Amino acid sequence: MNSAQQYIDLYASQRDLICHHSAPVMNAVRDAAMEQFQQRGFPSLKEERYRYTDVTKAFAPDYGVNLNRVQVPINPREVFRCDVPNLSTHLAYVVNDQPLFERDIPYVSSLRQACIDHPELVVKYYNKAATGLALLNTALAQDGLFVYVPKNQHMERPLQVLNLLRSGVDMMVNRRVLIVLEEGADATLLLCDHAMDRVLFLTTQVIEVFCADRSRLDLYELEETHTRCRRFSNLHVHVGSDCVVSHNSITLYNGLTRNTTDVVLDGERSEITLNGCVVADKRQHVDNNTLVDHRAPSCTSRQLYKYVVDEEAVGAFAGKMLVRKDAQKTDSKETNANLCAATTARIYTQPMLEIYADDVQCSHGSTVGVLDEQALFYMQQRGISADEARLLLKFAFVGQVIDSIRLEPLRERLHYLVEKRFRGELNKCTGCALCK
Amino acid sequence: MLEIRNLHASIAGKEILNGVDLTIRDGEIHALMGTNGAGKSTLSNVIVGHPAYEVTQGTITFNGQDLLAMKTEERATAGIFMSFQQPIEIPGVSMQQFMRAAVNARRKALGKEELKATDFLKMMRERRKLVEIDSKLVNRSVNEGFSGGEKKRNEIFQMAMLEPTFCILDETDSGLDVDALRIVAEGFNRLRTDETSALVITHYQRLLDYIHPDFVHVLLDGRIVKSGGPELAQEIEDRGFDWIKEKQ
Ligand SMILES: Nc1ncnc2c1ncn2[C@@H]1O[C@H](COP(=O)(O)OP(=O)(O)O)[C@@H](O)[C@H]1O
Ligand SMILES: [Mg+2]
Repeated sequence: MNSAQQYIDLYASQRDLICHHSAPVMNAVRDAAMEQFQQRGFPSLKEERYRYTDVTKAFAPDYGVNLNRVQVPINPREVFRCDVPNLSTHLAYVVNDQPLFERDIPYVSSLRQACIDHPELVVKYYNKAATGLALLNTALAQDGLFVYVPKNQHMERPLQVLNLLRSGVDMMVNRRVLIVLEEGADATLLLCDHAMDRVLFLTTQVIEVFCADRSRLDLYELEETHTRCRRFSNLHVHVGSDCVVSHNSITLYNGLTRNTTDVVLDGERSEITLNGCVVADKRQHVDNNTLVDHRAPSCTSRQLYKYVVDEEAVGAFAGKMLVRKDAQKTDSKETNANLCAATTARIYTQPMLEIYADDVQCSHGSTVGVLDEQALFYMQQRGISADEARLLLKFAFVGQVIDSIRLEPLRERLHYLVEKRFRGELNKCTGCALCK
Repeated sequence: MLEIRNLHASIAGKEILNGVDLTIRDGEIHALMGTNGAGKSTLSNVIVGHPAYEVTQGTITFNGQDLLAMKTEERATAGIFMSFQQPIEIPGVSMQQFMRAAVNARRKALGKEELKATDFLKMMRERRKLVEIDSKLVNRSVNEGFSGGEKKRNEIFQMAMLEPTFCILDETDSGLDVDALRIVAEGFNRLRTDETSALVITHYQRLLDYIHPDFVHVLLDGRIVKSGGPELAQEIEDRGFDWIKEKQ
């Protein structure tokens, strides 16, 4: 039963405490989730979707878990400024796994509060798609964020959530986000991960998204943590008809990251865009795994994941487009392009296509390239140093993904951050006053 | 300015240059002619420090410095510029980014401060007029989607930005129509000073009608086999290279 046992034991001994500091709707699904987890254990390297990331190893250390919900002594505003300049956002903080609001933010609350304000919605949508690692999160998560935009309402300002990891001891954190957009609603969210202490952090995260007909969502995730952070994120997106949904995942600095993104296109004529941008060196590890399930006709899906790996980093991408029998007129495209800047870095890429409908347009492709020697020479002949030339090429490579970001201030900020990253000036989180 | 002595160089184990001697003084323009495959581009690439070429014998000094001991970028910032026979496309790197990095590297080597953004943009605007480059082109990625002629003009534009003291034009005239040739040649002429020198590689007299060389050399089989004044270029235009080969 390997390292899963310690979590099973933890749950068995602390179940009452976990429930005590949570909400009935969340508690109602715990036991079943734990039971399933217990039967299954951690996904092994033999499983198709987990071939590139050793989950068991990441969960093996003895992490502390703040089940007692002890307040972390922190005034996030004082120690942390990450706001993307010129981006007028509503700011919410999640310190480890505890949401913290300085004032009321429209459409946003803690999950525990949501269990009081909108119990029917939480019952309806919470934990509807949890499988695999998400089960463990369901068993242990005690609170989270709830974003609810009612019918035809429009989130005026984007919501920026700062996920801050803060602890004096090795720590496990179980984050949860539930996003419900009713018909015609729209929302823009930016989730930023930062780590403020150099201990081992293990984060599990489950984001469940429900987009009713004609809704629009732009969801951005930016990880800028450190090499001792392990992040396991499961994003489930359920899309109705005539929706426009995008998810941008940017891994700028991390330790080990596994992002699982599952999209179900359940209504006609919807569009989903999944973009990923990964910069990794040292012994960083980034594994993006996607499944886009076309269940309804006439939907469009676009995936573009770009990686730059250097030194001894490992980048993995596996993405599957599943086009079911009834999903005629599907237009689906998946691209994974990688730049391997050193022979010691590794890339695994596995685009997959499974089609059961006949009138569809689907394509997938992946490339693994090295820095263009001729371009390097050309730049050096103009006086640009070899290092600077390499940097310009790497920067150009991921620039395509960043250019596709709709929020302009965020796009500019990311160009800046990526450049800093390639210059080696992003060893620590940039917005963090503690690191300065 | 540039002094090449008994230069031998090879690529992929194959000897291409076997004993090139050439002296170029300040302010001089030297034309280099020769059949395809004679080694003209090889000589250019060795001068600018292309990593694929191995120098097996000989020396090159540039203003008294041992050029072969210098890195490619050091040679460039010391004032050597090559207009590529085939300019390279760099998707995703804008002309602006590229030129700013290059100009600032050159300025640094000259002990000057980095250019302010506004001054840099002004400089771009002024210099591109010299070769009549459209502002749209300088907002694009380096050479991406440029026509053959636009690429060559872009090379001269870069030369204008970097103000080198020694230029190599490697068949910059090839593939240019009459108008483009005039623009490129006149642009080059306007950049000349008494201190700048050049090595101009060409097959045609028509470029040399604009750029009047002081000396003309013929490179055959990896050696300079004949040198003369401007009249030699005209003779080659009329008679080809065979008569020179036969004399060998
Ligand atoms: N990368 C290379 N590998 C092997 N041989 C090469 C390479 N580049 C050039 N050569 C050879 O070197 C010789 C000289 O080429 P080059 O200097 O380009 O001639 P030119 O510019 O005078 O036409 C030719 O025989 C050519 O085939
Ligand atoms: Mg040539």
